[in-house]
Amino acid sequence: MAVVETRGLEKQFGDVKAVNGINLTIGEGEFLVLLGPSGCGKTTTMRMIAGLEKPTRGEIYIAGRKVNDLPPRARKVAMVFQSYALYPHMTVYNNIAFPLKAEKRSKDDIRRKVEWAAGMFNIGHLLERKPRQLSGGERQRVALARAVVREPDVFLLDEPLSNLDAKLRALARDELKQYQRQLGVTTLYVTHDQVEAMGMGDRVAVISGGQVRQLGTPQELYRTPADTFVATFLGSPPMNLVEKDTCILGFHPEHILPAEVHSHAHDPLHLAFRVTRVEYLGSERFLYGVVDSVGDPTRIVSAIPSLVTLNIEAGNTYDFVVDRQDLSFFDKTTKQRIAPVAFDHDPARIGE
Amino acid sequence: MLLRRFGKGTLNYAIISLFVVFSAFPFYWMLIATFKNSTDLYKPANNPFIYNLPPTTENLRLLFNQTNYPAFLVNTIIVGVVVVIITIILAVPAAYSLARLAGSWGERLGVGMFMVYLIPPTLLFIPMSRVVTLLGLRDSILSQIVIYPTFTVPFCTWLLMGFMKSIPSDVEEQALVDGYSRLGAIWRVMFPLALPGILTIIVFTFTLTMHEFIYALAFVTASDQKVISTGVTTELIRGDVFFWQSIMAAGIIVAVPVAIIYNLFLDRFIAGFTLGAVKG
Amino acid sequence: MDTTLISHTEEAYRPSWRDNSRILAVLMLIPAAVYVILLVGVPFVMAILFAFSDVTVGDPALDRFTTDTFQRVLNDPNFQRALSNNFLFTIVSQAAVLVLANILAAALTRNFRGKWLVRFFILLPWATPIAIGTIGWLWMLDSVYSPIDWTFRNLGLLKQVGVMGQVGILKNSTNMYWLGEPGLAMFSVILVQIWRMLPMSTVIVMAGLTSISPDIRDAVQVDGVGWWREWREVTLPLLRPILMVALLFGIIFTFTDMTVVYVLTRGGPPPNTTQVLASWAYIKGIQSGNLSEGAATVLFMLPVLLGVALVMLRIARRSEVS
Repeated sequence: MAVVETRGLEKQFGDVKAVNGINLTIGEGEFLVLLGPSGCGKTTTMRMIAGLEKPTRGEIYIAGRKVNDLPPRARKVAMVFQSYALYPHMTVYNNIAFPLKAEKRSKDDIRRKVEWAAGMFNIGHLLERKPRQLSGGERQRVALARAVVREPDVFLLDEPLSNLDAKLRALARDELKQYQRQLGVTTLYVTHDQVEAMGMGDRVAVISGGQVRQLGTPQELYRTPADTFVATFLGSPPMNLVEKDTCILGFHPEHILPAEVHSHAHDPLHLAFRVTRVEYLGSERFLYGVVDSVGDPTRIVSAIPSLVTLNIEAGNTYDFVVDRQDLSFFDKTTKQRIAPVAFDHDPARIGE
Repeated sequence: MLLRRFGKGTLNYAIISLFVVFSAFPFYWMLIATFKNSTDLYKPANNPFIYNLPPTTENLRLLFNQTNYPAFLVNTIIVGVVVVIITIILAVPAAYSLARLAGSWGERLGVGMFMVYLIPPTLLFIPMSRVVTLLGLRDSILSQIVIYPTFTVPFCTWLLMGFMKSIPSDVEEQALVDGYSRLGAIWRVMFPLALPGILTIIVFTFTLTMHEFIYALAFVTASDQKVISTGVTTELIRGDVFFWQSIMAAGIIVAVPVAIIYNLFLDRFIAGFTLGAVKG
Repeated sequence: MDTTLISHTEEAYRPSWRDNSRILAVLMLIPAAVYVILLVGVPFVMAILFAFSDVTVGDPALDRFTTDTFQRVLNDPNFQRALSNNFLFTIVSQAAVLVLANILAAALTRNFRGKWLVRFFILLPWATPIAIGTIGWLWMLDSVYSPIDWTFRNLGLLKQVGVMGQVGILKNSTNMYWLGEPGLAMFSVILVQIWRMLPMSTVIVMAGLTSISPDIRDAVQVDGVGWWREWREVTLPLLRPILMVALLFGIIFTFTDMTVVYVLTRGGPPPNTTQVLASWAYIKGIQSGNLSEGAATVLFMLPVLLGVALVMLRIARRSEVS
């Protein structure tokens, strides 16, 4: 049963349509990520689900109830803001206890729950401190503890990792996902970081211009992107796009390899690749260059794992191969994914 | 040139010293005069800045025992306190409404509020005086208590508005999600966080009421109902003769504490001012 | 205070005004709005009505409407004097304050020991209730006992008391008659206005100076620009909005003030040499009881006030955009 469902959700601010028709369902215990660049409408969508913004059109259902007219406090959701929004004038204990006090629980009840939540995130020793005395990571845990303490139906997390140091982020990602698994809470997670999205999401919704471009598992999004936006938003470096006649060919950097190495390709497409720059990054090499045997000359990137020790030098042209089954095809005008198009292609002559 | 010879630091000190003397010497003199013997004072040849005859506390005794000065002080304090209370009750909710709830209307109304503050008492004092008579408040400190909020409320609303806007709204939204109504969030989150701003407007409301002159002059003529600003300047006279030392004493008793408090709250005031004024 | 979360026993939520932002917005604003509209708006309208009528304390009924009052006021040489004085005092004092405030604020930018105390002394004129500060000056400028005259005498600028044959360099008399001589009286009023307004403008300019990013100061150092050029071409343009704010506030508070004139000179020396609009209106309206003439007099402040308000609005709008 879907715990959260939005139907035709729209939000207009003046003449700007921030959210333009979003349909989502989040299943019980699922971790759904809203991924997109700044201003795409993902945070606005989350705020509407939380009840902090009123939709211009559309409906929101939580646990089967239509919640459009309910204020946040009646929706049984918990939210963690990007800034953590800890109450600066209260101790950590009181911060975590705050939602429980709203429920008018007994003091003992509150103490038990606060200690449970604090224990879960290992902040029991910080209960008497004030937020300004905590580090970024500690504040995040307090915000999370405060969110779980009410045992809500839905967790709403708005870019909770973006304020952490890059080094902490990977660790925090892992911990967060584990907590979520442990608690089994249905979670909606908003981020602009595609690594976070791919790493944490059970399903990911890629959002742009107030609309969902594609909703699917990370594998589906990566292997079969629904349009060029999704294709170039995911992956680092993103998918290469080459225009050919009326369509656009797409292939990931790790799928275009030197011919000698890519010997097992089912249906090889040979491309002459003129390398202009080589980046040595340890675990892999990025080769920047141009292919011009398919469509117009286009700059692309190839990512070669370190296991491939072939010598590649800038300035030379090499014979590279892409397996045709690794190709994605997009319509040139609509940018949407289309079925594979057969095309003639002369393997380019390799000049020396 | 000059700078190179004496160094920028010395020039700085010189400039500052000049200004300090300019600002403070009347007060220095007021302080001295408070304890000056009348015979010493009323000799033009005597050095006015030192005690040519030994200092005396006679003038202070005169001030407190034989004039209405204590009444002026009490009236000023009563007016100040009650006006502060009225101002807080009116301005704090209004500031919140304009800062958070009213959207683009809030901006415009906030500016409007500020414009009201720019309507000076000297423009309105004549009809105000009539209103006071019609309400039967003439010659009573009630007249000031009722009328002074007309300038304290607009100013404080505008100041508090800027202050509240600088408090990030996500903490209030967090309270909403955490289970509180908007009213609950205001009371439990915004209000504690706005206390520094509220403290600032308490201080400035009090001093604004102390400064006010024309309303007090126009509304109250009965001696013992006057406040300090009008009492000290009109009542401490016998016939044509001013009780100069007592007047100076009266003045310095008021001036110094207020200046100390201003100094303490100056940074807060500037913060609120620049938030409200330059950022509109 | 209803703050209950709907508990986990799924009770239906009853819509409450406590959640309704719109209702709360209105409820919280109404008391202040009503108070201000009533007690400012109504007298404001009354002021205009009075000016176009013939109301006096003896005959307070608004029964006739006429422009005779305005005629009488405009033809009164005292009013004309008051009007020109208003502008004279404001322009001269605010120009001086602007310059002095910038000098003082610049001198106060560094931190030094005793800065708190210095700030205290500098703030005294502004913190003190206007009437009290002015009455301190009353003795300072006394015709017989002025300590300033005493200092001048001992510097040879004035004649010494009781000494024959000596001539004062500045003036051939024992006293300046600061408040007795028309020109000096105007000077004195302007001086006291400068004295009491300087701290406020200084504080505002100081705030402006601290808001200039240190990066800019560093860039100026690197460029090797002299202090005058730095001030004129970097600091001044950046300070302009703040200076405008300080100037506008100063203009309002000086243009509409009556306290300094009233306490210092009561508008004298005769006949009404140092009157300003507000003090003249007080004398006409309250002391003489001619409410209509008083109201008409101060209405002439409106154009300047409106002008200032409009300029401030424009500044506010411009800084909103940036």
